[in-house]
Amino acid sequence: MKIAVCVSHVPDTATKIKIAENGKTIDSNDVTYVINPYDEFAVEEALKTKEKVGGEVVVISLGGEANKESIRKALAMGADSGVLLKDEDERDSSSLAFALADEIKAQGAELVFFGKQAVDFDNSVTGQITAELLGFNCVSVAVAFNIEGDKVIAEREIEGGKEVIETKIPAVITAQKGLNEPRYASLKGIMAAKRKIIEEKNAISSPNKTEVVQMKKPHGKQAGKILGSDASAVPELVRLLKEEAKVI
Amino acid sequence: MTSKDDLQMLREMVKEFTDAEIRPLAAKIDENEEIPKELINKLAEVGLLGTAFPEEYGGGGFGEYGFCLAQEEVTKACGSTATFIGAHQSIGTNAIYLGGDENLKQKYLPDLTAGKKIAAFALTEPEAGSDAFNLKTTAKFDGNKWILNGQKIWITNGAIADVFSVFARTEKGITGFVVEKDFPGLSVGANEKKLGIKGSATNTITFDNVEIPKENIMGTEGRGFVIAMKTLDAGRIGIGAASLGASKEMLRLSVIFANERKQFEQSISKFQAIQFMIAEMTTKIYAMESMLYKVAQKYDEHKDVMQEAAIVKLYCSEAVSEVADIALQIHGGMGFSRELPIERFYRDARILRIFEGTSEIQKLVISRKTIKNNGEWKI
Repeated sequence: MKIAVCVSHVPDTATKIKIAENGKTIDSNDVTYVINPYDEFAVEEALKTKEKVGGEVVVISLGGEANKESIRKALAMGADSGVLLKDEDERDSSSLAFALADEIKAQGAELVFFGKQAVDFDNSVTGQITAELLGFNCVSVAVAFNIEGDKVIAEREIEGGKEVIETKIPAVITAQKGLNEPRYASLKGIMAAKRKIIEEKNAISSPNKTEVVQMKKPHGKQAGKILGSDASAVPELVRLLKEEAKVI
Repeated sequence: MTSKDDLQMLREMVKEFTDAEIRPLAAKIDENEEIPKELINKLAEVGLLGTAFPEEYGGGGFGEYGFCLAQEEVTKACGSTATFIGAHQSIGTNAIYLGGDENLKQKYLPDLTAGKKIAAFALTEPEAGSDAFNLKTTAKFDGNKWILNGQKIWITNGAIADVFSVFARTEKGITGFVVEKDFPGLSVGANEKKLGIKGSATNTITFDNVEIPKENIMGTEGRGFVIAMKTLDAGRIGIGAASLGASKEMLRLSVIFANERKQFEQSISKFQAIQFMIAEMTTKIYAMESMLYKVAQKYDEHKDVMQEAAIVKLYCSEAVSEVADIALQIHGGMGFSRELPIERFYRDARILRIFEGTSEIQKLVISRKTIKNNGEWKI
């Protein structure tokens, strides 16, 4: 079975983000980019599925030359081949999904893994839109996954619990933390990745449906209030937690 | 040669592995004086017990350069684990790689690079430390096999090794042999109690009429001392990497501490006294890194690096001791406390000026060539 994994190349979560002068994008100077952490769960699940049912894993990423780093990471973990859909422009989730769906179709993949969200824009919808465009079934935020023949059983996190979903391939699964423990790219894997091919194509164009008009940093943390240092401060603390902070 | 991208990926992978698998255990490894078997298995699984060696022998194919990058990252977390890896790869296994004929390499290297077997390097003896040439262990050929007798001391990985690269005196000089732990007559002494790198096992190995199959000779008879010295070139470069990794980690921890620690109502990093210390550390680290990778690259290009490996060993091991002292001073009482890793780094650093040739021996090696060249600069 052909399995596709879509990976995003995102700023390392430890990065201190600065907003660029245009006020609409981040300043990418001094930013370290890494494979989106949720996509590592997606890669691992694709590899486990391949080990179980056979087939091959293709990694697809849309973006600039730098995205090859994340593709190579997935190849070093054990994926078979990579595709870079070249496009330097900012795309919204819809436009991104459009290009990915086109490539997934061309690849003939029947099972597609995404991370449940990319930690740059946190939109959490690219996988689902892609499934819709392809007419594939979709289970999002999966924390467990199993495949038997063409039947797919996945557990997904919902508010206060989990639900078990059964569906069929072709399907798109978006991976949540807890789905698996991603393997390390072994030394042999890094060397083997050198011999694997990353095909480069131009991403098909599709207009954005949304536009980032402004980016702002969150307000700085406000100074705390000290109400007192003994038990006499408790009633006032409770009142403020109820009325001002509205947390109890 | 591996590309810059591959080396970068290697460094990131080892960093990720170290952060998740080694750093959380480092204090326990020191305290329990043992590296857990599960950690050794995990190191083997990702390939970190064969980093430098060619892929045809099951290694990672990253050369000495890649080995140094990996050692640097591991040492940022745990000197004991780095010592274990260094003794296994850089000297124990490397002696077979450098000195063995093709059959011997095929027989041992795949298991060693895969970490299925662990190696140790056995040169030092009670009367042959700095004066390695004075070794007394003997191997006599009885027409069919070699009979080994003698004692080796301070053997890193002694208690956990399956395979020993042993150097013994034979009729034609010093000769290297591969000795398996299960060969009858080989016995391993108790773990030494040490100041630092406590997790790495250090033992005395005794050979009492140990029979060695004749094919287990390294190369030809009498070549042993050359093999041992060549192997130590790699070992000494590896010590540079361990020194560099430990220094970078201590610098990082010291700056974090100096920014957080407030005295006289400001961060101590605002004081020139501390700033000068940080400048000292930074400069030493820059020098260490510059010389280390220059020489590692030359080693991979098969150039003669005996003098330069000694320079790396001397400078880096002395520098890390100074860095450790400064780091402890910046941390003050907290540096002395076992609550933070600084005291462990301080203890672990001390051996680096001793094993694989003391600083004084490095100076002999370095000066010998310079004097031979009449002071002409030929590096």
